[in-house]
Amino acid sequence: MSVKTIAGVELKVSVDGYLEDMTQWNEEIAKEIATELGIELTPKHFEVLNYLRVKTIAKENLTIRGVGKSGIVDIKELYVLFPKGPLKFSSKIAGIPKPTSCI
Amino acid sequence: MKKLLILGAGTAGTMMANHLRPKLYLNEWDITIVDQYKTHYYQPGFLFLPFDTYTENQVKKNGKKFMPKGVNYIQKKIEQIFPEENKVELEGETLHYDVLIIATGSKIAPEETTGLLGPLWKKDIFDFYTFEGALALRNKLRDWQGGKLVVHITEMPIKCPVAPLEFSFLADSYFRKKGMRDKVDITYVTPLSGAFTKPTCTTALNYLLKEKDIKIEIDFAIESVDNDKKVIVDYAEREIPFDLLVTIPTNMGDEVIGKSGLGDDLNFIPTDHNTLQSKDHENIFVIGDATNVPASKAGSVAHFQAETLTDNILLYIGGYPLKKEFDGHANCFIETGNNKALLIDFNYVTEPVHGNFPFAKIGPLKLLKESVFNHWGKLAFRWIYWNMLLKGIAIPFVSRNMSFKGKVFDIKPDTK
Ligand SMILES: Cc1cc2nc3c(=O)[nH]c(=O)nc-3n(C[C@H](O)[C@H](O)[C@H](O)COP(=O)(O)OP(=O)(O)OC[C@H]3O[C@@H](n4cnc5c(N)ncnc54)[C@H](O)[C@@H]3O)c2cc1C
Repeated sequence: MSVKTIAGVELKVSVDGYLEDMTQWNEEIAKEIATELGIELTPKHFEVLNYLRVKTIAKENLTIRGVGKSGIVDIKELYVLFPKGPLKFSSKIAGIPKPTSCI
Repeated sequence: MKKLLILGAGTAGTMMANHLRPKLYLNEWDITIVDQYKTHYYQPGFLFLPFDTYTENQVKKNGKKFMPKGVNYIQKKIEQIFPEENKVELEGETLHYDVLIIATGSKIAPEETTGLLGPLWKKDIFDFYTFEGALALRNKLRDWQGGKLVVHITEMPIKCPVAPLEFSFLADSYFRKKGMRDKVDITYVTPLSGAFTKPTCTTALNYLLKEKDIKIEIDFAIESVDNDKKVIVDYAEREIPFDLLVTIPTNMGDEVIGKSGLGDDLNFIPTDHNTLQSKDHENIFVIGDATNVPASKAGSVAHFQAETLTDNILLYIGGYPLKKEFDGHANCFIETGNNKALLIDFNYVTEPVHGNFPFAKIGPLKLLKESVFNHWGKLAFRWIYWNMLLKGIAIPFVSRNMSFKGKVFDIKPDTK
C-alpha cells in the first residue's frame, strides 16, 4: 500500500494503483486516473463507473458478463470504452478494488 | 416423518447422503436423493481420458453402489423447485421437504459462445469437461497429425480451474512420447491476466510454461469462433488461429436453478460463504459446484464443505445457530506431465504457499513444488474418491479448515 496524490487529494492506493477507500473517490479523481490509462471519460463512461460502484457497495461480484447484461453497455461497447482492460481499467477508474477472478 | 431431500447425486450429494443417514434417526427422518443419471462419473478422470491414461470404465460406476441403505434413490429429472411451498417437481412426481440440500453441480454451456457449436464442433473443436467430450477428443488425438493446438478457457468461474493448464502440460508429455512434439504448437489462452488464478502460483510456476514450450495468451475474452477461418476472436478483435481447439465453455449451474428463480446470471445459487445456507431460504442449503461461493469448484472443496454442512444441518434441525466454519479450503493436485505433479493448498483469503503437507517438516507431499510423490497422490485420489470421499469417510490428517503448520509464506505475487 502506498499514498498517491491524485487530483490534489492524498489517497491510499494498493500496489497495483487501486484506491483502498472507495469513499474518497470523486469525478476529478476518475478523470485523472483515466488520463494516466490513456482514456478520456465521456458521460457513457460515467454511467458504467457508477454502475460498478453501486454493485460494489451492494457486495455483488463483478464480471464482464454482468456488465454486459446491465442494460448500460454490451460487452463489445465496454471494450470500446475501456480498451485492453474492460473490467480492470474501469474498476481502477471507478475507485473500487481490483476485480478478483474466482478460482 | 420429516423429510430431507437432496437434489443431485454427484460428488457432493452422494457425500451428504452418506454423512447424514447414520446421524438422523430412521423413524424420524426420511432421506431422498434425486439424480437424472444412473451413472456416477469420476470427473477428475476426464483429464486423463483423452490421453489414453484412463479407460472409460475407470471413470464411471453405477451410482447406486455409493448410496447408503435407508436412502430413497430416485432416477428422474428435476423439473422445478418451489421454495415458497417446500416442494420439488420431478417428471410426473412431486416431492415435499422440510430441509432441502441442493447439489446439482455445474455443467458446460457451449451455446453461450457464438460459433462454438458450429460445423467444427466435435470435428476440430472439443471439450473434455463431459464424458462424451473427453472420449471424442481421445479418438481425435489418437491419429491427429499435429498443427496448432489451442487450449482455451471461455470465462471464469469454471470447475477445477487448473484442469485446462494440466491438460496443456499433459499434452506436451503426450506428444513428446509419441515423438511428434515438434509438429505441435501449444497455446494456452485465458481470460485472466496470468496462467494461474492465484498470483502466487503464477510467480512460482511460470517456469513450467517455458520449460514445456507452451505459449500463453492472457486477457482474452472470447466473442466468437470463426469456423471458416479457424480462429477464435475476442471482443477487442484479437484473433488466435487453431487447427485443434480444446475449449472449456462457459460453466453454469443447471437450468432448473434458473427456472426456479434461485440463481444468479450463471445459475449459481447465492449461498452464505461460511455456513452454506442459501441466502434467501433458511431451510435450503447448497453445496459443491452449485453455490456461488468464491472457492474453487472442486471435489476436494465439496468434501471439506460436506463436513461443515453435516454439522450445520444437525444444528439447524435442532434449532441451534449455525457454525460459520467453512473457510474456502481447497487442496488440489496439479499434473505437470512426465509423471510429476504439484500440490496446492489455499482458502478464501490465503494464497497457495510453499511447505510440506500434511505434516510440517515431513510431508511427504511438497506444496507448490513438482514431485513424483504428488503425482502418485493425484492417481491415488481416484481410489480415495471411490472408496472414501463419496462414502463420507474423512481423509486422515487433512482437516476441513486450512492448517498453517509446515507452510512457508515466502512468495510475493507478481503485480502489474
Ligand atoms: C475435467 C475435470 C477435472 C477435474 N479434476 C478435479 C480434481 O483433480 N480434483 C477435484 O477435487 N475436483 C476436480 N474436478 C471437479 C469435481 O469433479 C467437481 O467439483 C465435483 O464433482 C462437484 O460435485 P457436485 O456434487 O457439486 O457436482 P456433480 O458431481 O457434477 O453432481 C451434480 C449432479 O446433479 C445432477 N443434476 C443436475 N441437474 C439435475 C436435474 N435437473 N435433474 C436431475 N439431476 C440433476 C447431475 O446429473 C449430477 O449427477 C474436475 C472436474 C472436471 C470436469
